[in-house]
Amino acid sequence: MSHDSHDHKPKGFVNRWLLTTNHKDIGTLYLIFALAMFIIGGAMAMIIRLELFQPGLQFVEPDFFNQMTTMHALIMVFGAVMPAFVGLANWMIPLMIGAPDMALPRMNNWSFWILPFAFSLLGSTLFMDGGAPAGGWTMYPPLVLQGGHNVAYLVFAVHLMGISSIMGAINVIATIMNMRAPNVGYLNMPLFVWTWLITAFLLIAVMPVLAGAVTMLLTDRYFGTSFFNAAGGGDPVLFQHIFWFFGHPEVYIMILPSFGVVSEIIPTFARKPLFGYVSMVYATAGIAFLSFIVWAHHMFSVGMPLGGELYFMYATMMIAVPTGVKIFNWVATMWKGAMTFETPMLFSLAFVVLFTIGGFSGVMMALAPVDLQYHDTYFIVAHFHYVLVPGAVFAIIAGAYYWLPKWSGHMYSEKLGKIHFWWSTISVNVLFFPQHFLGLAGMPRRIPDYSTQFAEFNMMSSIGGFAFGLAQVFFVYIVIKTVRGGKKAEANAWGDAKGLEWTVPSPAPHHTFEEFGPVDLKKMAHGDVH
Amino acid sequence: MKKAQTKLMWLVTGLLFSSATWAEYGLNLRKGVTDYSQTAYDMHMLAFWICVVIGIIVFGAMLYSIVAHRKSKGVTPEQFSHSTFAEILWTIIPIVILAAMAWPATKALIQMENPTDEAGKPMNMDMTIKVTGYQWKWRYDYMDEGFGFLSTLAKDSNIARQKDSGIKPETVDNYLLDVDKPLVIPVDTNIRFLLTADDVIHAWWVPDFGWKRDAVPGFVNEAWTNVKVPGTYRGQCAELCGKDHGFMPVVVEAVSKEDYAAWVAEQKGGQAEEAVMAEKTWTKEELMTKGEAVYNQQCATCHQADGAGLPPTFPALAGSDFVNGPAADQIGLVLNGKPGTAMAAFGNILSETDIAAAITYTRNSFGNTAGDIVQPTDVKNLK
Repeated sequence: MSHDSHDHKPKGFVNRWLLTTNHKDIGTLYLIFALAMFIIGGAMAMIIRLELFQPGLQFVEPDFFNQMTTMHALIMVFGAVMPAFVGLANWMIPLMIGAPDMALPRMNNWSFWILPFAFSLLGSTLFMDGGAPAGGWTMYPPLVLQGGHNVAYLVFAVHLMGISSIMGAINVIATIMNMRAPNVGYLNMPLFVWTWLITAFLLIAVMPVLAGAVTMLLTDRYFGTSFFNAAGGGDPVLFQHIFWFFGHPEVYIMILPSFGVVSEIIPTFARKPLFGYVSMVYATAGIAFLSFIVWAHHMFSVGMPLGGELYFMYATMMIAVPTGVKIFNWVATMWKGAMTFETPMLFSLAFVVLFTIGGFSGVMMALAPVDLQYHDTYFIVAHFHYVLVPGAVFAIIAGAYYWLPKWSGHMYSEKLGKIHFWWSTISVNVLFFPQHFLGLAGMPRRIPDYSTQFAEFNMMSSIGGFAFGLAQVFFVYIVIKTVRGGKKAEANAWGDAKGLEWTVPSPAPHHTFEEFGPVDLKKMAHGDVH
Repeated sequence: MKKAQTKLMWLVTGLLFSSATWAEYGLNLRKGVTDYSQTAYDMHMLAFWICVVIGIIVFGAMLYSIVAHRKSKGVTPEQFSHSTFAEILWTIIPIVILAAMAWPATKALIQMENPTDEAGKPMNMDMTIKVTGYQWKWRYDYMDEGFGFLSTLAKDSNIARQKDSGIKPETVDNYLLDVDKPLVIPVDTNIRFLLTADDVIHAWWVPDFGWKRDAVPGFVNEAWTNVKVPGTYRGQCAELCGKDHGFMPVVVEAVSKEDYAAWVAEQKGGQAEEAVMAEKTWTKEELMTKGEAVYNQQCATCHQADGAGLPPTFPALAGSDFVNGPAADQIGLVLNGKPGTAMAAFGNILSETDIAAAITYTRNSFGNTAGDIVQPTDVKNLK
């Protein structure tokens, strides 16, 4: 074995990146891929907001508009948010539990390299006769089946994304269960690891359900089955039940790791242990459990028996309880701490406030009798963008600023980071807050043109959208600048941050925790030290 | 002078918070014109104010902490990490608040799904209207009266909404929220709606009634309303249903019971006239004129005004072998539709005269040279 290279990085681009089995390099690949998809999906959102800037059709035809809303959602959900969290998991979980790597490194490579193929398949439909899927990311039949041959591409792309996610999830579970340093118990793990463990179980449970649903679409389209065709004895609403049995846990797949990231950052910058660590773990598990039994709250207007509607309303309202516990715990973590406001902390604080606003509209929509008004309007567009953009995406950005010194060995420019924060936070609210008003005033979602009474708020929202889009291009610039150079980061870049990742040098060497042995539990990142 | 100023200030503040101002700028949910829409509005405001109060408490605590407990003030951080009492408290309080919201919500939902009258008996429905969603129009059938019609986006909106039309939407009355023929209903009447669709899923929504309900192909959904105030109420399809999802408005005119009876009589007269028309033999010119109007209203959204279609989803009629082929095949296709595509079965939607005229028009326009004409009786014979 050659020892001339100190950290044993493989030589050459192909060996280093294509054939890599190193959790840090695969984590980097995931993060770069997610960032690229975030920009592409964001560009589609810009087209949407451009067309909606004024009433009347100025730029695109209605069918292309529908392709944009559909592709924007698919790319953001499966291409940006989910891979970004897998990237964070790859980088941080082994470092946080004192493991040398992920448990299944070759599968790790495969699960990443499937993704570019999945999204090439999906993206290629844009250049086909008849265009990309235009039936919404929810893929409701019979509409989606009118999509010509993009149906097959859509289905196979979803299959590939699912395979990738399942493999990633298996890897996370195998790593956490088997690779913890010998003295690290489950209740010693940082909350980010806990939230990912639970997320991984959700992924394994629901991705096959989605795969089944889209396979039925495929056979309905090409092989003459009638799963969702009433004329053949099927039921179009059956698809919605299956889809949302996947779709609701999917929502938590995108938010639980955010909870984990924020639960690492707030204690660091409040200089205080995380409040209620154990209740945080239980609340996460509680939310995950509830996510399986509330799916039909996406379908209150579809026509359900009264008993069904009541049940799904009550179960959905229950989610507010564990979610509330989390928010109160974060506030209690700040309480009587000694706070500083570096960029990761700013994004985390914005996350707590803006995610809570998304939660409020969530509680309102849980009330089935009023959901008959809110459903399928811009009110729900505002709701899920509040939980996904200043929710999930802000948490990812906070995590990126927080761990960038560990990944790159350089400190980002605090000044630029703060500009990025204020620019993003103001514009994201200009973008999404008026959409509440639009929805309440009666504007349906997924329409390319609207009645003139909605003009003012749409224009405001579009202006916010362009500003927010530009802010994220600025973020790409900050990241590239930091990776290329900057102030050298200490091993513990934040002074006295807890967490084993801060015990290894910055940038983290190619191999860490090579010697299997106990770690210093006092350095683990959580509240109740046992 | 100072008093006047204070008065003005109060007035401005009052206006800012009064729901009337909110409504004018389209900020809030509408109270609507039914008991149910009022209930939904009350639920909405209850939930909203509860959220506001919780928001003030939580964000207030956070803000206080951010201001008071910052390192730059020289504070030393406490190291407490849990409090069983606090954690139990902030689990129980939300449960109580949720229960307080669930109670009225349950009552409202029961009234929507299993309505009862003041005496607590199951509510008696006075009339039934069947609503069928098509890509991209609505059909209304008055089940008790035995007639029905299509309701499509109004012509001036439809022209203005085309890309590069050059028409400013502001100049069009009720842009995108107007139809050629609205649904007419009597006020103070319990109306049962049966909702279904013929192609894909649509959702029928009039915000002023307080609910929307999906129209699912192959299934029949049920909902009801009782409108208290005469007027014109506008809504839209609320479920993505293809390219022109944004262009299938719902317009309902609620009129007095007398006006409604007169309107029904008029419709029935029109129906008799229609039957006579279907029996007569039409000239080519008559069919072409009528056909052009029917084609542009019903067919042009997909097959385009110039017959070029939008392939591959919507085939071209111009130069089509099918359109230039035997008339009987084309009549059959228009009557029965093409399953698995967006082509609806127009046999149930349009009159025989309209179908005959539209087919004649397509066979003799866009450079097509079939040359023959189709009479309403030809359509009737193939039905």
